[in-house]
Amino acid sequence: MGRYNQGTLIVSSSPHIVDNVTTTRIMLDVLIALIPAFIMSGVIFGSRAILLTVTCVAACVLFEAGFQYITKKDSTITDLSAVVTGVLLGFNLPSSLPFWMAVVGSFVAIVVVKQIFGGIGQNFANPAITARVVLLVSFATPMTTWPLPSNLLGTTDAVTGATPLGILNMGTDLSSLPSNMDLFLGFVGGSLGETSAIALLIGGIYLLWRKVIEPWIPLAFIGTVFIFALLAGQDPIFHICAGGVMLGAFFMATDYTTSPHLTTGKIVFGIGCGLMTMIIRLYGSYPEGVSFAILLMNILTPQIDMLFRRKTYGGVKI
Amino acid sequence: MSIFSKHLPAIHVEHYKYTAESPTEKMPVPDKVYISMVQHIGAPCQPKVEVGDLVKVGQVIGDTDAFVSAPIHSSVSGKVTAIDKSLTMSGVWDLIVTITTDKKQEVLEGLAPPQIDDKDSFIKAVRASGLVGLGGAAFPTHIKFNPKNLDEVDSFIINGAECEPYLTADYRTMMENSELLINGLKNTLKYLKIKRGIIGIESNKAPAINKLRAMVKDNPEIEVMELRSVYPQGGERVLIYETTGREIPIGKLPADIGAIVSNISSVVALQNFIETGMPLVSKKVTVSGNAIRIPKNVEAPIGTPISQLITFCGGYKRTPKKIIMGGPMMGAAVYDDGMTVNKNTSGILTFDEELATLPKETPCISCGRCIKACPMLLMPTLLAKAYDAKDVEQLQKLNVNLCMECGCCSYVCPAKKQLAFTNKLGKRLVMEGGKK
Ligand code: SF4
Ligand code: SF4
Repeated sequence: MGRYNQGTLIVSSSPHIVDNVTTTRIMLDVLIALIPAFIMSGVIFGSRAILLTVTCVAACVLFEAGFQYITKKDSTITDLSAVVTGVLLGFNLPSSLPFWMAVVGSFVAIVVVKQIFGGIGQNFANPAITARVVLLVSFATPMTTWPLPSNLLGTTDAVTGATPLGILNMGTDLSSLPSNMDLFLGFVGGSLGETSAIALLIGGIYLLWRKVIEPWIPLAFIGTVFIFALLAGQDPIFHICAGGVMLGAFFMATDYTTSPHLTTGKIVFGIGCGLMTMIIRLYGSYPEGVSFAILLMNILTPQIDMLFRRKTYGGVKI
Repeated sequence: MSIFSKHLPAIHVEHYKYTAESPTEKMPVPDKVYISMVQHIGAPCQPKVEVGDLVKVGQVIGDTDAFVSAPIHSSVSGKVTAIDKSLTMSGVWDLIVTITTDKKQEVLEGLAPPQIDDKDSFIKAVRASGLVGLGGAAFPTHIKFNPKNLDEVDSFIINGAECEPYLTADYRTMMENSELLINGLKNTLKYLKIKRGIIGIESNKAPAINKLRAMVKDNPEIEVMELRSVYPQGGERVLIYETTGREIPIGKLPADIGAIVSNISSVVALQNFIETGMPLVSKKVTVSGNAIRIPKNVEAPIGTPISQLITFCGGYKRTPKKIIMGGPMMGAAVYDDGMTVNKNTSGILTFDEELATLPKETPCISCGRCIKACPMLLMPTLLAKAYDAKDVEQLQKLNVNLCMECGCCSYVCPAKKQLAFTNKLGKRLVMEGGKK
């Protein structure tokens, strides 16, 4: 039989074509989605905010590269996931935080939470969130000292004060609460990347449009916060714009590895995040609850996935 | 599956249907044809000819008494010059009958339309026509058409989805052989006493939908159904669900829920046999991909080496790096272009280096895309983990055997993990594990 091209052809299993979405492309989309909030962080808190985020990114990338070099694993730096973790961690810090603490946070996020558990896709909790919580309990004062927005010229005078939720939590002088408009734009005290609801919303919509995330978790999360606030007799707009709700709902709670796979599970997860956030805000001793809420729901994710399994075609529950 | 959807999960793939408007060209008879005695799932055929025998078109050259089988006919006239074992696509050694053609294409004397007057003679004719599932699975048609509970079957579904990218042979058949198709369907409904005939066609083939609809407007028992243009609408279980809303319970067959599914070209070939007595001796094949000079739909005698089809299509315009028999989603990559056109060959795709090289696998990021894409509602990423751990029990629990290897999961995976392939291996593991 005529044999042509023998030995030169690639023989591989089907399918022989694949989609052009890659891990790197997804992470790049997340980074693009974070650009508006990144810019706003500079506008609101000045250049130190930018520098702190850049520090986190550099530290995260170096820790990941170093860890993988030492443990002789394939480098995954090019998938950009360490960059995403760095930005998200930076966004969760007050802009006045000493740089070395940010580096400690990066170590926790990349080495302790991500790499020791096996790298991308294996962590049980969101690296940036876990790092933030670790920093919060380790360095309580610098982690809760909130610089107030500098003026637009970017002075670095460290004027600090309470966050909107802090004011609410202390319940003293509610008249000093910022207007909803300031909240929406982000000219309030808080973690450097979480204050501008509008910037985060634009990023979130970009992620939805690019199909990087599905709407279920953000909708359930934000919706629950909204309804809870309404029922508790508080301003729902205030609650969804204040603190880390927008950042958490669009960028942290939607982390693939630590949120449920199926739609029903995602909705339950989002509702859980919303409920926990509001319970901590209104009844807990911390003014802000988004990080704790997401961390807790991260830990419950395997159980949620188990509870809301689906039936296969042909009707078997797996 | 979205909780709001009545459809099974599916994915969007690029169509690349370059040959949709290319009428089928009959290719000249090659100097030699190599007809494998393994053309269907089941028992291989025994050669019914010997080296030196003269054969004519339509003559039986291979058959067996085994139940799951179909006879094999000569696609040419000429002389049997060799009967020997040769390595085939699936990597096994098959018995191959080599016929050196005399180019006269003389038809076997006495070839005449079969006598059909009831179900039994109809089924007999189906077997005699040599028909097997021409879409890929190659299961003998006369068995499929005659399930034990035939009286409970109420829907005969013809798969006109042609959801694989590149392939257009079924579309051309629907356009060029519509009479045969509709008459074949009518005969099948009549002799098998099935109430309803459905032709499911993807919405991207509007001309075929319109043409066939016009032809059956006076036949209320026949419905031409427009399917969403997504992959894999042509998967048997998917097609049944999308056309009738029925799910086949695990371990059951389509007939158990009242449906029989057939391929477009099978029905056409059957009607051709009913009208002329000529069994299945040639196949319409889409030759395409980016390494071929002129993509075409070609009608080729069974046993033609694919290298000859490639020559007929102007040869390669770029160095081929991968040749696929079938579509890009489920077809098999072959070792060389000496493989032959078989009864179930639907396409020959040639890819250059760029298309042939798939991106490297990276770690799973748990994004859930594979889970969302699986039409069988499986959990591909968990299956892959279970396979990596060689956990037979978990593989079974996750129902690996339900996987139809459609490739949706691998297609959408951003980490480029070969999930469908892993499931193929997983199924094998379960089979071997079960034996122990
Ligand atoms: S190849 Fe199998 S697991 Fe993957 S999508 Fe298709 S049926 Fe599901
Ligand atoms: S699509 Fe790929 S990366 Fe995403 S969960 Fe499935 S296997 Fe993992």
